[in-house]
Parts: sequence; C-alpha cells; structure tokens
Amino acid sequence: MTEVLGPGVADAPSGGWRTSTVAGVRRPIQRSVQLRLDVADRIEHLPGQHYVVRLTAEDGYTAQRSYSVASAPGDPLIELFVERLDDGEVSTYLADVVEPGDELEVRGPIGGWFVWDGETPALLIAGGSGVVPFVSMLRHARSIGRSDLLRIVVSSRTLAELPYADELRDAGALIVLTREAHGDRPAGRLAAAELAPLWEPGRTAYVCGSASFAEAASQLLMDTGLPAHSIRVERFGPSG
Amino acid sequence: MTRATRGFLGRQRGRDPRLPPGQYDVGHDWPVLTAEPTPRITPETWSITVDGRVERPTTWTWDEAHRLPPSEYRGDIHCVTTWSKFDTRFSGVSVDTLLEAARPTPEAHFVMETSKTGYTTNLPLEHVTGGKAWIVWEFDGKPLPTEHGGPVRMLVPHLYFWKSAKWISRITLMTRDQPGFWEQNGYHDLGDPWRQQRYQGD
Repeated sequence: MTEVLGPGVADAPSGGWRTSTVAGVRRPIQRSVQLRLDVADRIEHLPGQHYVVRLTAEDGYTAQRSYSVASAPGDPLIELFVERLDDGEVSTYLADVVEPGDELEVRGPIGGWFVWDGETPALLIAGGSGVVPFVSMLRHARSIGRSDLLRIVVSSRTLAELPYADELRDAGALIVLTREAHGDRPAGRLAAAELAPLWEPGRTAYVCGSASFAEAASQLLMDTGLPAHSIRVERFGPSG
Repeated sequence: MTRATRGFLGRQRGRDPRLPPGQYDVGHDWPVLTAEPTPRITPETWSITVDGRVERPTTWTWDEAHRLPPSEYRGDIHCVTTWSKFDTRFSGVSVDTLLEAARPTPEAHFVMETSKTGYTTNLPLEHVTGGKAWIVWEFDGKPLPTEHGGPVRMLVPHLYFWKSAKWISRITLMTRDQPGFWEQNGYHDLGDPWRQQRYQGD
C-alpha cells in the first residue's frame, strides 16, 4: 500500500495579510527584479516558504501571485526574487514600476511541504529562478553553521542568466549550464551521473524550477534510485 | 477596502463572469503543478478502490471502470495559483456511480481521495455527490496525459483544482474529516474558489 504524503514539516508558520514597505529594489540580472521588503508584524518563515503579493488597482481590481522567499529567517527583511514575464500582469509591475518606499500588500509565510527544517541533509536541485527557495536554505544553513547539510545543483542556460550565481558558486554548488561551458564542464543538461554521488539514503531531495525542468530532474533522481517519497517538487507555472 | 497599489492599473477589465475573484484566464495553457514526482503508471496497473465507511468496498480495474456508464464534464476549472481554464471537457465516470455500487453507510460524511503517489485530499461527502465529481481518463476527447494525472484523475471542478487528485487510486469514506496533503501544508480545508478559500484561515 502506498505511503501517504504528510506535512513537509509539522506546524509550519503561516501569516495573514500585511502591509510591507519596499526597502530595496535591485536588478542584478536581466529580466528580473530583487525586492527587499520590510513587513509589518512579520511572522518568521522557514526556508522554502513563499509569500503572496497582491496588487490593487484604483477601482478595486486585484491580482495576486506567489513568490518564494530568498532571505533567511533571521534577515530583518523579506527578499523576493521575481522573474519578469513579458505578458505577466504582476511580474511586469514589480519589475518595471516598484520603487523604494512603495507599499505592497503581502501575505505569508505560506506552505509546509517545500520547506527545509534546518536539520535534515538535503540535495537541492534548481532550474533557473528555481534557485530562490534554495538561497533561503543556504543562507539559513550558513547562519546556523550547518552548511554541511546542503548539496546544491543549479541549472541555467548561461551563467549570466543564473540568479544569485556568485552566492551559489561560493557555496560550492554544482553549476550546470546548458548553453555554455563552465570550468571543466562542457555545455549540456544535467545528467544522472552527476546526481548519483550527491545523494545517499536519509537525504531529502528538493527540486524547483519550470514544469519541464522539474519533471526532467525528478525523473533523473528516480533513475538514480531515489525513492519517490524522498523527492519534494515545486513547479513554477506560467502565472506571471 | 485595501488601498490601491501605486501605479498599478491591472490588465483585465470587463472581466468574464465565469472568473472567480483573484483568478485570471490562462487561455489554452494548462500549467502543471504537483508536489511529487510524476509516477510511472499505466492503465494495466491502475485500479480504483472505494472503501472505508461503505457496505461493499469495491475495486475497479481499467476495463471494469470503462464498462460503467460514461459521464462527461464540460465547464471551467480553477487552480489556487490563480489560473482558471474555461470550456474544458473531461470524460470518465461520475463518482455517484462508484458510490451507488459501494453504498456509503449512514455515518459516512467525508471522503479522502488518495493517489498512487500517496497524495491525499479531503472533502465533505456532499461535495462529491449529486453530479459534482468524476473520475476521468479523457481530456478533450484524448487520453489524459500523465502529467495531468493520467491515466485517471479525480475531477471536482467546483473547488480549487488541488481537490481533484491526480493518479487517483482510492476514495475512502470517513465518519470524521481529516486533513489531506495540502490541507496539512497550509491550504484551506474546503477550497471554494468563489469564496477565495485558498489558505488556512480564509
């Protein structure tokens, strides 16, 4: 009989709607924006949780989207990294219009599945902006002195398109580029042979990225011999 | 009402009345959002069981399920991640047909859907009876793709789509409500899109 999937962590924190003030806006790579938000009465998140951002027009029309948190729980601000989708109603506003001092309505933290407890060995595999929740895990691991628990694999078309590339490289992440060579590694997709040495029983795998990346990476993990129950997946929809 | 966000105009006006609050029309796309790897599952290895608080726990294989009276859903679906998809067409069997065979006992008030992957989601019984829920194996006249829950998924289209378990393998009738997977991971117990029941506390 199938083992039933339970909570990722028991009693993950959750918070309601809050007003946040934009403290910083950066555009470290093209077609994206990094926002740092000062959230009133913030409830501390766990690495991997997300926030919802809700925009309201003058006539009351609203649009909301979910974004993973990049900052560590101990950071006084919440950092979001948003990929700008050309036809995205929310991401274009966040990338093109938002300025420091603006107020944004946010809700979070949310989610109990794609969450790292800070104690379990983990293998983190990201495609593109799927690195964002892993940046939070990495920063948290550093702050509690447990960087040894995490192994990180990130895939991007090119290095210039990889969010948080320097931080990930400094953390020892395996950087996989599909369109250009990186160090000794020729351009090419992530291979099972690269994943196999990074996993052993007892290590939870987290996969985050586009639907196609997440599907390919999670099937690679199963080919490598990981039981399905040790794999947690977060897929980005084209939800702009 | 919440104050307007500076400089936000919003895109959609004259909104389609089929769109619940906070949702947008995804058009021809059909995003894939699952928390676990896609299972390797074929019609030959698939079956569905209705058990728990029923008089006759019953299992149907693929062939047996296809001999039941067919039923179709035409209409809209809504995902909690804010996309909605209009004018979908799914074919399979009504959950009413399965329950007629298994016969829920009087104390059955809730159901738990369980997937081949171990994914679960819970519902009050009245939300899967009276022509409101199906198990389906066709989308737009074609076999349901694996990434969308094929060979067979649950379909409860009046609620957010996480209530429509992919790769459905078991429907368990229960006396008391129990939280399923997302319901234990921060999401609402019922998930009515017209009341924006997205997260716990909504």
